Amino acid sequence: MRQRRRITKRWNARAFVVIAVLSAAIVDGCKPEPSQTTKSVGVSVGAAPANGEANLPADDGQWVRPAKDFASTRFSGLTEINTSNVANLKSVATFSTGVLRGHEAAPIVVGSTMYIITPFPHYVYALDLTKPGLPTKWMFNPKPELASQGVACCDVVNRGLVYDNGRLFFNTLDDHTIALDAATGKPVWNTKVGDINMGETMTMAPLVVKGKVLVGDAGGEMGVRGWLKALDESTGNVVWTAYHTGPDSDVLIGPNFKPFYQKDQGKNLGVSSWPADAWKIGGGTMWGWISYDSTADLIYYGSGNPGPWNPEVRPGDNKWTSTLFARRPETGEAVWAYQLSPHDLHDYDGINEQILVDLDIGGTKRKTLIRPERNGYIYVMDRTNGQVISATPYGFVNASSGVDLTTGALQYNPEKETKVGKVVRDICPAAPGMKDWQPSSYSPKTGMLYIPHQNLCMDEEGVSANYIAGTPYVGMNVKIFAGPGGNRGELEAWNPVTGKQVWSIKEDLPVWSGTVATAGDLVFYGTMEGWFKAVDARSGKVLWQYKTGSGIIGQPITYRGPDGHQYVAVLSGVGGWSGAIVAGGLDARDSSAAAGFVNAMRDLPDKTTKGGMLYVFSL
Amino acid sequence: MIARAARLLPLALSLGFGNASSPGALRVCADPNNLPFSNKAREGFENKIADLVGRELHRPVEYVWWAQRRGFVRNTLTAGSCDLVVGTVSGMEMLATTRPYYTSSYVFVSRRSRALGITSFDDPRLERLRIGVQLIGDDFANTPPAHALANRGMTRNIVGYTVYGDYRRPHPASDIIDAVARGDVDVAVVWGPLAGFFAKTSAVPLDVVPVSPRADRALPFVFDIAMGVRRRDSTFRASINDIIARRRPAIDSILDAYGVPRVASTSVIPSASAVVPSASTVVPSASTVVPSAARDR
Repeated sequence: MRQRRRITKRWNARAFVVIAVLSAAIVDGCKPEPSQTTKSVGVSVGAAPANGEANLPADDGQWVRPAKDFASTRFSGLTEINTSNVANLKSVATFSTGVLRGHEAAPIVVGSTMYIITPFPHYVYALDLTKPGLPTKWMFNPKPELASQGVACCDVVNRGLVYDNGRLFFNTLDDHTIALDAATGKPVWNTKVGDINMGETMTMAPLVVKGKVLVGDAGGEMGVRGWLKALDESTGNVVWTAYHTGPDSDVLIGPNFKPFYQKDQGKNLGVSSWPADAWKIGGGTMWGWISYDSTADLIYYGSGNPGPWNPEVRPGDNKWTSTLFARRPETGEAVWAYQLSPHDLHDYDGINEQILVDLDIGGTKRKTLIRPERNGYIYVMDRTNGQVISATPYGFVNASSGVDLTTGALQYNPEKETKVGKVVRDICPAAPGMKDWQPSSYSPKTGMLYIPHQNLCMDEEGVSANYIAGTPYVGMNVKIFAGPGGNRGELEAWNPVTGKQVWSIKEDLPVWSGTVATAGDLVFYGTMEGWFKAVDARSGKVLWQYKTGSGIIGQPITYRGPDGHQYVAVLSGVGGWSGAIVAGGLDARDSSAAAGFVNAMRDLPDKTTKGGMLYVFSL
Repeated sequence: MIARAARLLPLALSLGFGNASSPGALRVCADPNNLPFSNKAREGFENKIADLVGRELHRPVEYVWWAQRRGFVRNTLTAGSCDLVVGTVSGMEMLATTRPYYTSSYVFVSRRSRALGITSFDDPRLERLRIGVQLIGDDFANTPPAHALANRGMTRNIVGYTVYGDYRRPHPASDIIDAVARGDVDVAVVWGPLAGFFAKTSAVPLDVVPVSPRADRALPFVFDIAMGVRRRDSTFRASINDIIARRRPAIDSILDAYGVPRVASTSVIPSASAVVPSASTVVPSASTVVPSAARDR
């Protein structure tokens, strides 16, 4: 803690000087100068990309939100860096963030400025892309409550900030949503939307849609009742709150709510699918990704696992946890919902990304939503009504046997049901799921999804005693280990139309970074050892790799710089649930630490060390 | 920062930096808001026991305040900012525990006027009652009564309270006892020290009865409580053990003053440990307290 305080002071001093020197500098608007140097194809921001290169409008070269576009493709139309020359990619700038915890955020590029946000304590830096070495334009320190690290349930990560209309928006671990003036770094508004004293934290990156800043909470294990809120972009006032448990009026379910499946139809299921008042502490938080279809005017996102994790004490479907929602952005009104993992048994949150693309399926053009889900299935859904078109395992799954497309029900395997005192072995996927928060990308050029994920199973055996908040308690020992094949991670190229894997790269460690796909037919991703890799999007051949200073769990991006050339950027800095053994300094001898994840990661300290650093590459 | 000054700050954490601790101080890691155990005003029984230890060691007592949740031990004791945790389960692997200085039990709490007299989870009346129980969030972990009720299929008549409570309030954990006093629930099953203390101060007379038998299949209801130090601090641990042995009567009178129900230690009932697993035979591990860096949420 002493060290952190010193760093804070140093950066404050530095920020002061930088701001003073650059006080006359003008920060770019949203649109950079058009460039003739870099050819590009791309997808429009705000609409779902069509399936085919011909329909792609030019990429503007920016990266204004972690998912690139509202459809969450994380696809760049830039082509200067491509399969023929990526071998020449070189590091052109680095920047130490001054923070040692897990760096999960995507850098944001607006005009000629890059913005990055660190894990707690959430330093925000604006870097000048027009000058060599990317000097700092300004730095903002939100000074979140130190107590939030202790009171908060979970990791101290932050998944990114978002730019809109001259402002940056982000969340803090201690439950503030903050708007900064992108030009000056000065706060415009600061709204406290949750309470660490109630176990709530915030880690997700907001999405701004139609003047609404959409934010959700974390802490499903702390008795939190999950929600998504919309804040007015100009004032920060909360416009609406949609809870994910409780009566329809709280969930913003009204007369226009039309779930596709019977299992999701009925009045006040957010109350009746729980024992007594258990919905009041039922979890269903929202710490992941939101997409938006401007044509349908619907946002899509999923809710987290039910609380408490131990399922025996909450019989029922536990709605609306682990549920995918379609809502109106202006009112929050639910239009449809689909519960992915009813009565979740294994911590399968439903907060992963959804990619909105139009696909030719069986000769019919379908408006789809693709979700590589934590429970092990890739759901291809009709995003207009919530119908599951297909649900295909993208790794080894035995906790369930499939999804009934008639009823929409996930078919649990009773042999893998967990119960205190019962030994259950080889539950696949393990609690972090086939894939956790780390987002996939989709290339409309190849028609493939590029999915970073893990290959982990778990045992539950033996009861252990423990102590928290003055109270002894008991629980199952969870031990997580590599799934079939022995590799703990994988980058998988997937064809959502055929429901088949096209190629795969087996990684020793879980692939906990995001991916980005480009029109140069490249896919970028990072490994927890710290390798940043460029892969041929069509073959999966590794064409280039660079060893960064720490394990990568961040989201890579690519953009067109002020000089008209294409750049690739990523934050390195190991941590997160998978990397807790390094970032949190956990004891490798304690196999069940980090909810059993340490057992699977005990060699990580030999492979990487902590430390946040931005890397920027170009030809 | 906008509105920062107005923030509610029940946890003004010192965390050891800036304010240098007195040389030779006994640095205690404790929750600033968790009565009856500890609070920042030093009103908890663990505060009083810390004072006793400090007097024995001739060292002034100083605190590092940190909410006793996931990451507590790692962020305080293991981080080196303090040296002693006054209350933890005997045998916890993430630290070195001293000899136990008290043993308590989960208890049934009900209004005396109801004259329920429930002592066992096999009491058939439980199925018809509204039962308050504290719940833990994750890792398939829960309080033993939550497991015991679920094992018997009693989930529809359970009202869940979090062990953390509403941390904005002065004693967050009292919710469940208040609920019994108000009649929101007919009976609650609560860890003894918590129940004993709040029952003692309740305006409505409450009965506090230990759960019987002391264990239910693999579930212990009785736990030995010890102090915790870092593993490498074996000399310090020995001196604490010595104080516990010598000052046991003084510790007992502090516990009495706070209404902490005591039962026989798990280690002195051979028949119990031979027949049913007790807390001491359950392998304690760090598994279920997940450090704060541990999960992505």
